[in-house]
Amino acid sequence: MYTRQRILLVFVLVLSMVLIWGLSKGVFASTTENYADVKLPDIVSYNFDIKPILSDKCYTCHGPDVNERKAGLRLDQEEDAFKELSVTAGKYAFVKGNPLKSEAYLRMVTDNNDDLMPPSESQLHLTTHEKELIKKWIVQGATYEKHWAFIPPKKIQLTAKTAKEWEQNEIDGFVLQKIIDNNLKPSPKASKETLVRRISLDLTGLPPKSEMVKDFLADTSNEAIETLVDKLMALPSYGEKMAQAWLDVARYADSHGYQDDNYRSMWPWRDWAIHAFNKNMPYDEFLIKQLAGDLLPNASKEDVLATGFNRNHPITQEGGVILEEYRSYYVSDRANTLGKGVLGMTLECAKCHDHKYDQLSHKNYFEMYAFFNNVKEVGFEMGVGRATRLKHYADNPYITISDEDAEGVLSFINRKEGTSVNVMVMNDSLPRDAFIFNRGEYDDHGEQVYPNTPEAILPFSDALPKNRLGLAQWVIDPNNPLTSRVFVNRIWASIFGRGLVETLGDFGVQGSLPTHPALLDWLAKDFMENEWDIQNLLKKILLSATYQQSSVATEERKATDPENLLLARAGRFRMSGEMIRDYILTTSGLLHTEIGGPSVRPYQPDGLWKETTSGSGILAKYVADKGDKLYRRSLYTFWKRTSPPPGMTIFDAPTRDYCEVNRQKTNTPLQALALQNDVQMLEAARVLAQNTLANSAHDDQLVQTIFKAILIRTPKIEELKVLENYYLDAKIKFGKEKENAEKLVSIGSFKKPETDPVKTAALMLTAQVIYNLDETITKE
Amino acid sequence: MEKEKKSEETGKPSDSENPLKVNRRHFFSQLSVGIGSLALGSLLIPDLLKGKGDELLGQELGIPNFAPKAKRIIYLFQSGAPSQLESFDYKPTLDKRQGEDLPESIRNGQRLTGMTSGQSKFPLMPSAVKFNQYGESGAWVSDFFPHIAKVADELCFVKSMHTEAINHDPAITFFQTGSQQSGRPSMGSWMSYGLGSENKNLPSFVVLTSRGKGNSQGLYSKLWSSGFLDSKHQGVLLRSGKDPVLYLNDPDGLSRSDKRHLLDKVSSLNKIHHVETGDDEIESRIAQYEMAYRMQMSVPDVMDIKKEPESIIKLYGEDCQVPGTYAANALQARRLAESGVRFIQLYHQGWDQHGGLPHEMAGQAKDVDQASAALILDLKQRGMLEDTLVVWGGEFGRTNYCQGKFDLKNYGRDHHPRAFSIWMAGGGIKPGITYGKTDEFGYNVVENPVHVNDFHATLMHAMGINHEELTYKYQGRRFRLTDVAGNVVKDILT
Repeated sequence: MYTRQRILLVFVLVLSMVLIWGLSKGVFASTTENYADVKLPDIVSYNFDIKPILSDKCYTCHGPDVNERKAGLRLDQEEDAFKELSVTAGKYAFVKGNPLKSEAYLRMVTDNNDDLMPPSESQLHLTTHEKELIKKWIVQGATYEKHWAFIPPKKIQLTAKTAKEWEQNEIDGFVLQKIIDNNLKPSPKASKETLVRRISLDLTGLPPKSEMVKDFLADTSNEAIETLVDKLMALPSYGEKMAQAWLDVARYADSHGYQDDNYRSMWPWRDWAIHAFNKNMPYDEFLIKQLAGDLLPNASKEDVLATGFNRNHPITQEGGVILEEYRSYYVSDRANTLGKGVLGMTLECAKCHDHKYDQLSHKNYFEMYAFFNNVKEVGFEMGVGRATRLKHYADNPYITISDEDAEGVLSFINRKEGTSVNVMVMNDSLPRDAFIFNRGEYDDHGEQVYPNTPEAILPFSDALPKNRLGLAQWVIDPNNPLTSRVFVNRIWASIFGRGLVETLGDFGVQGSLPTHPALLDWLAKDFMENEWDIQNLLKKILLSATYQQSSVATEERKATDPENLLLARAGRFRMSGEMIRDYILTTSGLLHTEIGGPSVRPYQPDGLWKETTSGSGILAKYVADKGDKLYRRSLYTFWKRTSPPPGMTIFDAPTRDYCEVNRQKTNTPLQALALQNDVQMLEAARVLAQNTLANSAHDDQLVQTIFKAILIRTPKIEELKVLENYYLDAKIKFGKEKENAEKLVSIGSFKKPETDPVKTAALMLTAQVIYNLDETITKE
Repeated sequence: MEKEKKSEETGKPSDSENPLKVNRRHFFSQLSVGIGSLALGSLLIPDLLKGKGDELLGQELGIPNFAPKAKRIIYLFQSGAPSQLESFDYKPTLDKRQGEDLPESIRNGQRLTGMTSGQSKFPLMPSAVKFNQYGESGAWVSDFFPHIAKVADELCFVKSMHTEAINHDPAITFFQTGSQQSGRPSMGSWMSYGLGSENKNLPSFVVLTSRGKGNSQGLYSKLWSSGFLDSKHQGVLLRSGKDPVLYLNDPDGLSRSDKRHLLDKVSSLNKIHHVETGDDEIESRIAQYEMAYRMQMSVPDVMDIKKEPESIIKLYGEDCQVPGTYAANALQARRLAESGVRFIQLYHQGWDQHGGLPHEMAGQAKDVDQASAALILDLKQRGMLEDTLVVWGGEFGRTNYCQGKFDLKNYGRDHHPRAFSIWMAGGGIKPGITYGKTDEFGYNVVENPVHVNDFHATLMHAMGINHEELTYKYQGRRFRLTDVAGNVVKDILT
């Protein structure tokens, strides 16, 4: 009994302390109060203001699910919401323009607990702000709208705001409006040192070269940033950076996937993608060629090569599979990739049944499927053993790239002389009937279907051919509400770390709403008006004041907007595995800048391929390359689907088994280990130390020099002090342990002129410290 | 029911690290930081001072949904699909009717793989190995598995498993993730997501692989991938070489104290930068570096079997001293279980006997028999069998008819999804029983069928999770391991 009393006493004490703390901080204040300052919009939007409320608070009982529906009332569909109530004759849930006759509204604001909606036992409550929104919406006519992403984007005029002088282009008006509405201010402009690094990483995926930094810092003109942007976009590394992201969308790999996972020669398609970005091919053309280049009038070999996009899916070489089952997987994969990667729609959800949330029917799915169903291919062409014997690395249909091609129309392909290479491509040479698959089962055919697109997105014009070319034209039709939005949003996400729509691959009803709908629409429309010019889009974003803000998160900004949804500061986030490795190769001077060609095999821990292989095929064992091939950019690293490069997957790269549009940004101990102990990282630190020692006359400049080489900025005094002390300590220590110094400086196979091992080891570890800083692997 | 903590904007967990971390940090930043306030915090959130933060994750999700019987799972996956007809499903009818064609009434429309779809006949093939009954339960076990036979009274044999896929890749993916198509989280990742870790120095989901001499099928890292769940729930492959975790070892020439010194500098510079940028992700990075540093000690420690006494080596067999063998992995599994790893998955490759079955399967069985039984005995003698659930089985079964030439001493069996056997033991599973039954041909389930979804639901139930409630919202849909199906097999639970 005594113990119990004590527990009770402690409990009461704790409770009261929490209460005192809570009350003083206002954490128990009702949520209603938080909205007291937020004013109602001039025009209440159904999609952005009302539907989220109805969906969260009303649909459970008055939504699509017929089994849960109460009182026969349905609010998710316009025609039902305005019907006479089935339980109360003469009354209506909503009456346009008249809240006091709108029974739904009256029940939301009633004092009578028995009538209140949502009912108190549901634990759902409407805030005062939400009630006001609904009232104003009814007053303004209670109009329902199509799902926002299915309405083609429009450019809207902005009303003038204060702080106009902050704005640098159209983007800023949209951003500033939200910042001011939330009583914040934009962040100051980032320093030039930060900007040059940020812009270089965004455009080339690499840190800037020192001459470029010097030029930029010296350029005091108003056009300094624009000059820098133009210079960077003209570099071949621009195309590599852009292609890198597209490889995830296109599920590119150098192996077939599935259990035997043998080699495939798709890399010329990857070279094409780099080439397309480097010549700034408009996005509409980029899509047409990939989806249907083979069907273009007078299609060139380049056009046909581009269609390899449709053949990047995994292919089985497992003996004994049922051919039709696997062929149907490949066809589905193409449709799903178009859905997620280009249209931002979770099409695959309609493979087995009508989409539960979006206006995509089971039939719509197989109508899309029908476009991709006419390739002269089989589910299983040959087993892994035979394929290896015959050096058969491209299943039908494929094209052969000859010497002549490589010197002519396909000169962008980095082909080793005298070897022809086969690349899988698309054709329509085996027309097949298409059917709805009941429950998605390939062997359970329902109604026959014909190529068509979901009418909810945009009806398929009669003027278009009913084939992939027609599909591609539908995709890039200016009235297609999705294609442009999805792409600009993904570009935005790559730069800011989060899309204006956070769910990059889902613009459907269950996806996130845009944080800045008008901005997204403006960008999408502007992109199309400028003929889908990708560099123009990037330039617009990079020249905005929004982009050029500092990424420092002050306490005030963090408290108001912890996730930076308002964009009152720039994004600050970890780079991808590819970018980190490329960053380290570049800053150490190891990077070999050859473009394209067959994928290469840099360092990888022993035995990884062997652990998972079935033992068949030419990829059973990993043998690292030698020389320059160890130091190529990471997009050229060999991608084996069943065992992708660990330095990439540890940093959240997908397996490339299917289209992926978004990488997580996790923070794990395995990442810490990779950065500390991967041979590539250690070798880079060693080579940087040796280069620095060989080129610096004065010892007192060493630490500062490597700091600047890695972080592209001058160290602060306290940072320099920490590092210089560390270097001196290490030098003394290794002076006593020469054998350990020798061991450390022998890491990696890159040959460098002899430098003093003691100094080298000490400086190498100093470089290791810097390479392991959060700042080094982060775009600020 | 909405279980996951999510931000209102995104529908995703708002903090990849730990849903409560932000709140805790926020909590502390609002209090004067002194020992008094720390004590207050630890009273409110038990275990806060013990560093078992991950357990809070489970509480946040409302898990366990009920009292768990098992705290961890050891899954001994037999990759390639061992034949039920030469292991645990004894079918004397096959002896009596050997060579006869499989009656069409029994086959009943079952689709065939491309391996045998060209065969004109499907002659019934008896087991080349003898069966006997063991223990008080009288379980049937073939002579391939003498050690497992001896622990039969600890095991629950399920002879009525069935699946949907007939090829390895989709079948194994289905067993691991509940879906034939890749991209969903592995079972171990779901457990890690739902229950968190019991050890802050080790991952909560660990994978060990080994390979027999039999016909092998590939494995793939996607089998232990966390899919759309946070990648911290992904299975960590512990390898048998000198680097059990990728990049675990420091380079030659760098001592442990050198490393400490180096990390201290990284930390102090990161802290300076944290103050400047205000980005709390840097704090998290510092913590991950510390965890990595601890793992450099804890992983080799848990993998070092030198301290195991002679009696244990004998129990598991001499092979357990050879890194990379199944026996070594089985012993490792027990050590990991002791250290609080939530889900330990072994894969033993080589069970795909399309031909040469009697010989190949004898070899495969020899690889795993003694060590599998040893694991049961070892867990039992430590009192750990009560709360450790052990599972043994492959991705589907094998046909009762012969693939290839009809030769009683040297035959093959094709893939068979309709009926196969697995066994389970410990952690809430009834010992010494046989559940489910196949027909006299061993082809169809005739009593108490257990679908892969049911199996998943049952494992989750043993771990205290309602399989319908552990969901994760991704691309607008709430996913779960059992998708839209699955019934808990109550009859085999204690």
